[in-house]
Amino acid sequence: MNKHTENHVVPYSLYIYVLAGLLLLTMLSVGVTHIELANLTVFTAILLASIKSCLVLVFFMHLKFDNRILQILVTAVFILVALVLFITFLDYNYR
Amino acid sequence: MSDAIHLHRDDEASKLGMWLFIFTELLLFAGLFIVYGIYRYLNPVAFHLAAEELSVTVGTVNTIILLVSSATMAMASTAIRLKNKQLTILLLLATLFMAFMFMTNKYFEWKGKFEHGIFPGSEDLLRLGHGDTLFFGLYFFMTGLHALHIIVGFVLITIVCYRVNNNTLTNENPVLLDNSGLYWHLVDLIWIFLFPLFYLIT
Repeated sequence: MNKHTENHVVPYSLYIYVLAGLLLLTMLSVGVTHIELANLTVFTAILLASIKSCLVLVFFMHLKFDNRILQILVTAVFILVALVLFITFLDYNYR
Repeated sequence: MSDAIHLHRDDEASKLGMWLFIFTELLLFAGLFIVYGIYRYLNPVAFHLAAEELSVTVGTVNTIILLVSSATMAMASTAIRLKNKQLTILLLLATLFMAFMFMTNKYFEWKGKFEHGIFPGSEDLLRLGHGDTLFFGLYFFMTGLHALHIIVGFVLITIVCYRVNNNTLTNENPVLLDNSGLYWHLVDLIWIFLFPLFYLIT
């Protein structure tokens, strides 16, 4: 009867696992700064940040359990923003 | 709720609306990231040296604080659905406490910079040159804008906490808690990118 509360209840443990993953990735991103990666430094930092943001979006922001329209919409918008950033830098680099 | 008045409510639409707002926030910060990227490209040496002025420890501690607060906020939306009022309030208060801790760290970080004569428009900064002025200008603006979001989130969560306490927000209508959660996770999301850009890439 009540469709408002029909939402999937996410167990506490899942959030703890995701948090552990996020903290681990944070430590990793701090750790790799001690290694000389030259040109890959920025790439590694952005890559790790992207993985972390995916974890936040999918689990903390409930996208995994949301309806399909929202999942597609959010994915599309994030890809669009990433493309805008990427193309702007590409354009600037080879101007 | 009441039998006499039929309250129309669409939680999916509320959530969608919140997401649309989050997209606008995303564009705001994406624009700033482009500005940062271009100026970094134009002033690689100055940005490199200026970034080393920032304390990685303070940045890391603040990252951990925000991540944990995001987890407690997410857990609060589980707790309210399991009708555990006590735990919901406890988790919300924990989130508020960590938001406060984040701001305290930020205060001391900025205070330290001010005492070293580094603040927008300061003479020391102008003497350091164009690149440093740009780096610290962007640093103060972007972390400042982020801190403003923390304060807004703090107010939102306080309202949610108050409403959970007086039983006007329960497992029947948890959408305000969920949407405040979405906002709080957005603040976390932005910090996930601000942290490596300002503190780690040197």
